[in-house]
Amino acid sequence: MSLQLEHSPTTGDDVITNYTINFGPQHPAAHGVLRMVLELDGEVIERVDPHVGLLHRGTEKLIEHKTYLQALPYFDRLDYCSPLGMEHSYVLAVEKLLNVEVPERAKYLRVLFAELTRICNHMLNLGSHVMDVGAMTPNLWMFEIREDCLNFFERASGARMHSAWFRPGGVHQDVPEKLLVDIGTWLDTRLLELFEDAMSLVVDNRIFKQRNVDIATVSKEDAIKWGFSGPMIRGSGIPWDIRKAQPYDVYDRMEFDVPVGTRGDCYDRFMVRVEEVRQSARIMKQCLAQMPSGPIASDDRKVSPPKRAEMKQSMEALIHHFKLYTEGFHVPAGEVYVATESPKGEFGVYLVSDGSNKPYRCKIRPTAFSHLQAMDFMCKGHMLPDVTAIIGAIDVVFGECDR
Amino acid sequence: MSVVHSAPRFASNDGVIEAVSATLGDRLVSAHEAHGEVVLTVQRDAIAAALQLLRDEHEYQQLMEIAGVDYPNRAERFEVVYMLLSLTRNHRVLVKVNAAENTPVPTVTHLWPVAGWLEREVFDLYGVIFEGNADLRRILTDYGFEGHPFRKDFPLTGYVELRYSEEDKRVVYEPVKLAQDLRQFDFQSPWEGADYALPGDEKAGAAQ
Repeated sequence: MSLQLEHSPTTGDDVITNYTINFGPQHPAAHGVLRMVLELDGEVIERVDPHVGLLHRGTEKLIEHKTYLQALPYFDRLDYCSPLGMEHSYVLAVEKLLNVEVPERAKYLRVLFAELTRICNHMLNLGSHVMDVGAMTPNLWMFEIREDCLNFFERASGARMHSAWFRPGGVHQDVPEKLLVDIGTWLDTRLLELFEDAMSLVVDNRIFKQRNVDIATVSKEDAIKWGFSGPMIRGSGIPWDIRKAQPYDVYDRMEFDVPVGTRGDCYDRFMVRVEEVRQSARIMKQCLAQMPSGPIASDDRKVSPPKRAEMKQSMEALIHHFKLYTEGFHVPAGEVYVATESPKGEFGVYLVSDGSNKPYRCKIRPTAFSHLQAMDFMCKGHMLPDVTAIIGAIDVVFGECDR
Repeated sequence: MSVVHSAPRFASNDGVIEAVSATLGDRLVSAHEAHGEVVLTVQRDAIAAALQLLRDEHEYQQLMEIAGVDYPNRAERFEVVYMLLSLTRNHRVLVKVNAAENTPVPTVTHLWPVAGWLEREVFDLYGVIFEGNADLRRILTDYGFEGHPFRKDFPLTGYVELRYSEEDKRVVYEPVKLAQDLRQFDFQSPWEGADYALPGDEKAGAAQ
């Protein structure tokens, strides 16, 4: 029995026209404050107009009024799901302008914790993506892993989420030996067991596949044109990973594989992230095995502060400490654009220095901005419920998108 | 100076400027390499053509970002910086144009659709107009916002603040009222870095 809307008793002879609905800004599947104006033809999406900026806090303007060191904690608050990934771009940008050398141990620590951040971020994203399309359990299981990660961050930096632990010239403080041992044990015994358990519920699940396979297929050409990066461009089959192509810190010494998708749909993007978690665990194990002992911050006293004990003895150390935490360090005039592979894609910092102790301009290149812009063409022709799957596979966090 | 930092290492900059200047010809105003970045300044009217040449002839396939920068002392106060990435040659360049409030910059949305929002952002925050961008709405600031907040002459505190009014049952805008003035501490050493009259020294220059 088929019901023709044009002749249905309720609408008479009227032809149903497109209508517009508002999705968000308060909606659990919008992953934050995203407002989307959807133009629908029945349940099929004709046009999407995402409105972003509801979480705009003027971070870049605030940074112009802070010293280089004071600007660092703002980066935690951009993508609050992967705080250390954000800090990484910033400290590397400052280091590139200063041309300061970072000790080996600090490089390993930064890579170790950047990868832990990636795992932490993917746990949240994979879990919420799964929940967006209807499954509850894997999310709860993966939150357990996320909780472990947050505990490690707390033990390293004192803060669960907003670590502010990387510093231009190294990291803020060394980690206890026991923490590295515990991370190693966790990688060997707990992470993959929990993770594979959770994944076994979804990756071959019929409902999950129905909701994700062939949804929002993006070709290689489109991925390039729309400025995709990270798992989004790899999901479309382009093996581009900044950690491999433009290695920073000690990524050139790490052995890891770059997973790519074959069809460029939501399922591929999901599976790329799943494999990245395993690769991150691999990188972390190599970091733990190779990590030397030694200093964790540059010994250039014009950039990084002296040790506490040294300050009790040396007048010069005390002056350095005082100047670093009031005036801050001066960065040579110039401009750099430094982009790293954050868990969500290319996160870049365009830093303009005028030679003073404050950045003249700090442009932050968010990952989600270009991905969200592509919502319109990715959603076209799909059904209304697919929107949540597409947003989930973009992995958008509004702290970073709106800055 | 040898490179000791550990920032991302992309392909060498050797010969890039020569190759690019040969292609761009007189569209290129200046080109230099500093801090490991190749920075090209291009004539404003020729930016679309120049970026197209870079994309098609020099394999800079991706436009990653467009940044605005404000230099209030210049005749054309804004700089618009395009960050290009070559996936095949593993290289990055920065391409700049200068612009003023009343000199539109040609859009590049026909080359990269991603430029749409990036140009909207520069327009919203700096007021640079992009000619040919069909959808030049504000993007990051509030609906009905006035002014361009990232200009250097726009105060950090802004002009209006917003609260929920119990009487009107809606949010209302009011002029910013600060319980205490916004304080900017200046710790710059007077012997290095600071290039302004120190407190108490104002008359020293006038006497001469």
